[in-house]
Amino acid sequence: MAGTLNFSPDDRYNAFITTCGEAPFGDGALAGIAVAVKDNISTAGIQTTCASRILAGYIPPYDAHVVELLRGAGAAIVGKTNMDEFGMGSTTGTSAFGPTKNPVDLDRVPGGSSGGSAAAVAAGLVPMALGTDAGGAIRCPAAFCGIVGFKPTSGRVSRYGLIAHTSSLEEIGPMAQTVEDVSRLLSVIARYDPRDSMMTDRPYDHRPSAEIKGLRVGIPAEYFGEGVDERIGEQVRSAIGVLEDLGAELVPVSIPGMRYALPAYSIICMSEASSNLARYDGVRYGPAVDTKKSWHEAYQDLRGEYLGVEARRRVLLGTLTLSAGYAGRYHAKALAARQNITRDFERAFSDVDIIAGPTMPTVAFRPDEVTDPLTLYRLDALTVPASLAGIPAISVPCGRVENLPVGLQLMGRRFEDERVIDVAFAYEQEGRA
Amino acid sequence: MITESDIEHIAELADIGISRDEMPEFAHQFNAILEYFSIIESVEGIGAPAAGAANVFREDEPRPCLPQEAVLANAGSTEGGFIKAPRVM
Repeated sequence: MAGTLNFSPDDRYNAFITTCGEAPFGDGALAGIAVAVKDNISTAGIQTTCASRILAGYIPPYDAHVVELLRGAGAAIVGKTNMDEFGMGSTTGTSAFGPTKNPVDLDRVPGGSSGGSAAAVAAGLVPMALGTDAGGAIRCPAAFCGIVGFKPTSGRVSRYGLIAHTSSLEEIGPMAQTVEDVSRLLSVIARYDPRDSMMTDRPYDHRPSAEIKGLRVGIPAEYFGEGVDERIGEQVRSAIGVLEDLGAELVPVSIPGMRYALPAYSIICMSEASSNLARYDGVRYGPAVDTKKSWHEAYQDLRGEYLGVEARRRVLLGTLTLSAGYAGRYHAKALAARQNITRDFERAFSDVDIIAGPTMPTVAFRPDEVTDPLTLYRLDALTVPASLAGIPAISVPCGRVENLPVGLQLMGRRFEDERVIDVAFAYEQEGRA
Repeated sequence: MITESDIEHIAELADIGISRDEMPEFAHQFNAILEYFSIIESVEGIGAPAAGAANVFREDEPRPCLPQEAVLANAGSTEGGFIKAPRVM
């Protein structure tokens, strides 16, 4: 039943950077299903920009592993979704192609950096999309737009063909309206690929089960503390109450290392970005560099002109935190903090099966409400811990505050992605009943 | 305390062009951000790269690669099957 899918969405949200009017599809588990792909994942023959002017017009000569798998499963790749430039942001507002609007309320941000994927799913333009998440970039927009978004365990989905931003943290994951569809998409993309050397051969083959009787659910006080909107805290506690009604046991836990999580994340992320973005020199791809100038002059001018202000700010901060006199004070300490938080989670998971809390400390806001970089970095407070620990984490919609969606975040042990999916599925089934 | 001349120096190390007008704001923001980072200095010990990560080796054998046209297709400036770059020396 192979064929072509005609795709002409009413994209009033600016969810897409590129759409494919006629998308070919084949046979398989996702035969004929429209799937949107975040624009930092390489698609052979389809422009891939990372929402940056420095990659405008770039046509990858090869597919990312996840894209090979999507095509192999018969999916129709219908377009590339908007994002913060190189994934650097939590609002999709730093895109060189203009911001994405939140379909729930067009005056508000969709979250980020996978905001285009979240908006495309929330608006019903596609049933499923791929996002990427280094510190919450799938879970944040899923929460803000009222959909389901999942960051798998590090090493479960190949990043081959994902344009590198923060290599030790970033994962590719599924986004959809339901947990069942997230699970379905995950079972296509979670396949071993030796080209990502951080991969483990643990394919995902699972159908969600809503049976959670006897499950121990940890509630960390740190996820309901300072900076978290109290109304969100209440909404999430009542969602956790649903899990208790289903037979789960609630247990207080503590992640003391969380106080260092945000600065550790920012330092690691910016340090890695400063190295990864060094490849944009206008030589092999991107806008042509002026070959008459000297190397440094040409390189500086090109990057000054074509990289956005947040990308330049982060490359500069990352260069600083890796430079002599700072690397020991910042980068080495950030790695130590990362180990501590990983141990905190391991300790907690020796007592509980799942940890639950809010995904975001606020609901979706208006673009002009939060503009200071430091305030924006702080929005990731509840999503970066799972990223630093490399554990699976999902955001599932759990009601509204001020008529805006709230996300329940569920985190599990490494490689227990199946259990995280099951608990989210159980909540979703009960919540919709 | 990060000064505008520090910003200029880092920008040179990173090969990132920044304009004169941007310097004061970058300097101001960097001081606030570094102050926020400084809590990390009280973490005990020095960390190793990502826990659980190990070197992955493979045999150094030739494998298929992209054809030359595909490699050159995205380059802004090419000549005689090569990519042109600015003078390094």
